[in-house]
Amino acid sequence: MALTGVSLIAFLVVHAGLNACIWANDNGEMFNKAAHFMGSTVVIRIAEVGLFIGIILHIVQGLMLEFENRSKRTIGYQVPLGNRGSKWYSRSMGLLGTLILLFLIMHIYHFWTPSRLGGIGNIHSLQPVEYNGKEYHNLYAEMITVFQSLLIVILYVLGCISLAYHLMHGFRSSFRTLGLHNERYYKIVSATGVAFSIIVPFVFAMMPISIYLGWIQ
Amino acid sequence: MEHYTMNLTLKVWKQKNKDVRGSFETYRVKDISSEMSFLEMFDVLNEQLVHEGKEPIAFDHDCREGICGMCSMYINGRPHGPWHGTTTCQLHMRAFKDGDTIVVEPWRANSFAVIKDLIVDRGAFDRIIQAGGFISVNTGNAQDGNNIPIEKEKADQAFAAAACIGCGACVAACKNSSAMLFVSAKVSHLALLPQGAPEKRTRVLNMIAQMDKEGFGACTNTGACEAVCPKEISLENIARLNKEYLGAAATIDK
Ligand code: HEM
Ligand code: SF4
Ligand code: FES
Repeated sequence: MALTGVSLIAFLVVHAGLNACIWANDNGEMFNKAAHFMGSTVVIRIAEVGLFIGIILHIVQGLMLEFENRSKRTIGYQVPLGNRGSKWYSRSMGLLGTLILLFLIMHIYHFWTPSRLGGIGNIHSLQPVEYNGKEYHNLYAEMITVFQSLLIVILYVLGCISLAYHLMHGFRSSFRTLGLHNERYYKIVSATGVAFSIIVPFVFAMMPISIYLGWIQ
Repeated sequence: MEHYTMNLTLKVWKQKNKDVRGSFETYRVKDISSEMSFLEMFDVLNEQLVHEGKEPIAFDHDCREGICGMCSMYINGRPHGPWHGTTTCQLHMRAFKDGDTIVVEPWRANSFAVIKDLIVDRGAFDRIIQAGGFISVNTGNAQDGNNIPIEKEKADQAFAAAACIGCGACVAACKNSSAMLFVSAKVSHLALLPQGAPEKRTRVLNMIAQMDKEGFGACTNTGACEAVCPKEISLENIARLNKEYLGAAATIDK
């Protein structure tokens, strides 16, 4: 759980950094080139396979953990302990993870499928775009198209909020699970975790918002 | 604080034995002194029930001074009641006011079967200790404790972990019914001391194996255990247990 969680966190950093290129305001040139680089290097392609295995392991193990833990108390309490003992999001990792999963399915369908599988069967492919005589996929244009819908923008923002709370618990918890018991280091990790859990999902959420509101040309 | 008396309504879990399902019963007690302990209030109620020819409520207790870990009561949604770092026997009635309704339930976890009313079977904890929560010492004279130098900070941490009284409140509070805080306290207090070193790896592996066998849930670091532990055992011990376990699993030669 912790190992796959930490790998997913590492992926988020790369993903957020790369996508931030859309704010270069160069009609997506920098972003498209960066995305092309990610799609064409063999190292990244191998990492992509690793990422998919990691996500699937994390989801399967997460759901199994949730159901197994729920089965340990057949008769519950009349009066729950609730927030007196722990944070609501710490107790809702299975729910938050499932919301992220639903988001991921939509997200993969929006961008990964046309970019990697476009042209196969009746999957639509991305428009081409040319920079310095070389042809690239215009993933940027696809983003602009997708984020014209207010409903989709709202679903993306909700996905980011779920991610924020999932990480608010998951970041520090993974270090505990891996055995970090030094209280001083743990305080540093905790503070980093809180900052990470707010900043990264915020950056992600700003992408559809900026496009919808026309802040990016 | 000023002494006062109160009348209370109690909703208590009654269950005949392990095999039948119980239910809540409502009782009323009068003129309870604010200086009584929670268990003394139960004594008053039980005496009243005996006088009325009814069956008294079965509850566990022994030392009544916060050291044996027997007094398992889940009071108004919190193990050991509303006070922080306090066992049920050390909880005083001044924590309540006249007219209050108090709900008292047994620990709930499939690994802690309810035997009768508020009494649960915590034998699983004993079996976890038997699996490795000790050091093996040959008989003979006890040597002088000060022969083995131990740094002060480690000794203090070991002492703090050793304060665990095995009450099971951590399991009762945990949404996963996990026993990790208990096991971590028992592994930590030996892992921190030189006396614990020779059996360090088998201890942690065997205790965790027994914990899983007893059917406790898996820890997700929510922190509910630490919040309710009457001995304020720190979550840091769970991280230490994880480190000990990972280290032992990676290097064990058996
Ligand atoms: C981008 C996506 C995700 C990231 C970055 C992420 C990250 C993490 C991290 C770091 C942990 C903590 C590990 C630990 O305490 O040992 C965790 C735990 C967990 N995750 Fe995820 N996760 C993601 C998606 C999902 C999904 C899709 C699910 C699916 C259903 C899920 C379900 C869980 C569950 C149930 C836990 C364990 C709860 C706990 O330890 O308290 N996660 N996640
Ligand atoms: S860790 Fe605390 S709550 Fe758990 S058994 Fe020990 S004393 Fe009781
Ligand atoms: S009766 Fe011994 S700790 Fe409460």
